[in-house]
Amino acid sequence: MPESTVILDANAIARALTRIAHEIAERNENSAEVVLVGIPEGGVPLAQRLGKILSEIWKISVPIGSLDVSMHRDDLDQRAAPKIHPTEIPFDVNGKTVVLVDDVLFSGRTIRAALDALNDFGRPKKIQLAVLVDRGHRELPIKADFVGKNVPTAPDEKIIVRENEVTLERK
Amino acid sequence: MSWTKKHLLDIESLTADEIITVLDTAKAFKAVGERAIKKVPALRGKTVVNLFIEPSTRTRISFELAAQRLTADIVNFSADVSSFKKGETLKDTAKNLEALNADFIVIRHSASGAPHFLSRVVNASIINAGDGAHEHPTQALLDAFTIREHKGKITGLNVTILGDILYSRVARSNIWALTKLGAKVTLCGPSTLVPKTFEQMGCRVTHNVDEAIRDADIIHLLRIQHERQRKTMFPSIGEYTNLFGLNKARLAKTKPDALIMHPGPINRGVEIDSEIADCARSLILEQVTNGLAVRMAVLFLLNGGEGPGEVIG
Repeated sequence: MPESTVILDANAIARALTRIAHEIAERNENSAEVVLVGIPEGGVPLAQRLGKILSEIWKISVPIGSLDVSMHRDDLDQRAAPKIHPTEIPFDVNGKTVVLVDDVLFSGRTIRAALDALNDFGRPKKIQLAVLVDRGHRELPIKADFVGKNVPTAPDEKIIVRENEVTLERK
Repeated sequence: MSWTKKHLLDIESLTADEIITVLDTAKAFKAVGERAIKKVPALRGKTVVNLFIEPSTRTRISFELAAQRLTADIVNFSADVSSFKKGETLKDTAKNLEALNADFIVIRHSASGAPHFLSRVVNASIINAGDGAHEHPTQALLDAFTIREHKGKITGLNVTILGDILYSRVARSNIWALTKLGAKVTLCGPSTLVPKTFEQMGCRVTHNVDEAIRDADIIHLLRIQHERQRKTMFPSIGEYTNLFGLNKARLAKTKPDALIMHPGPINRGVEIDSEIADCARSLILEQVTNGLAVRMAVLFLLNGGEGPGEVIG
């Protein structure tokens, strides 16, 4: 049986997202320029939650999209073909500040793929990164701008993100 | 999500889940084709060879564009300008392509089973782009994709395939795909071209065209393939058109939401009235658009390695 530890409960997730939303608002003075783009699957519901909080802070509706990165990964011939999730960017990213949202930041390869994938939709003015959990073990020079919680992990451990709970699973 | 196959040789050996996986993946690639930038780097550095030992324009171009949109390199190899004329065997040709580090070989051949043979003698992934009268799997996949896109499902639909079934690899692949996905398939055409033995594939066979299309949700027309018929299987083209061609009078007696498909190239005025080919119920050009997305999906899936499919950040 794998050993499981709760890292964030429902309240902690909500607090982390509220804090991240305020940090995004503090960092970006021009609210009209900010759009959120979630990376499937985990990043999409988080982008929606962040968007709701930001919309309340700014009193404007913040555009939200989703960006699948499967076609831009660098390990496609080393693993079974991944399931591709919908990409929906129903706004122009040119000149915008795109905040990429993902659940867990690990090797950084997903974010590298996301930067490439986003490039196909235009040239944002800025790209920032928000993650709920940063678990370390980066393989690329990528750093998150907004982090819910830093969690030291061993490479073979797993972080499981659910709507109301984040757990660390040990073998 | 369940794709572990290295080759796409036929529909017969695919499961319903695998077919659905191709259709779902193709949906994502169709969306790529609708963007300003229609290219993704998924097959960067890979080489695809189109090995067409039988003439083809649309399938070859479709695979060519599919490979290019995935950032693969593609080489076309056609029979009339090649070493086949100098007597090289298929195996030696394929070995030569492999020596050039081809990762994928897309083969069309007049002999049934040629792709299966190649898959045993080379290491590249083999994609069957039509082998004799046996199968044409990507055509069936794009047809299933098109049907699902319009009808929202395939299970329970009445699909009538009308025309030259006997010599048609498109018909065979479609029968496999549609029956695996739960459609009710009816075959119709002259009795010489639609023998009762097809009932063994789980289809209904009839030679009465009005009855065959009356309850159809999809009417799938096939071209009369003069090039495959050793002798005349029906008295004349004119008689075929009279008895089996889809015209306005026949179409008026079908369900109003019945849709018309054809793998192309169409013979206007033979199996289909010219006006019907261009009408709002005709999906013929959408099939071409979807073919590109489906072929991108097939290349993408076959490119997958053996590791777990789970994405780790």
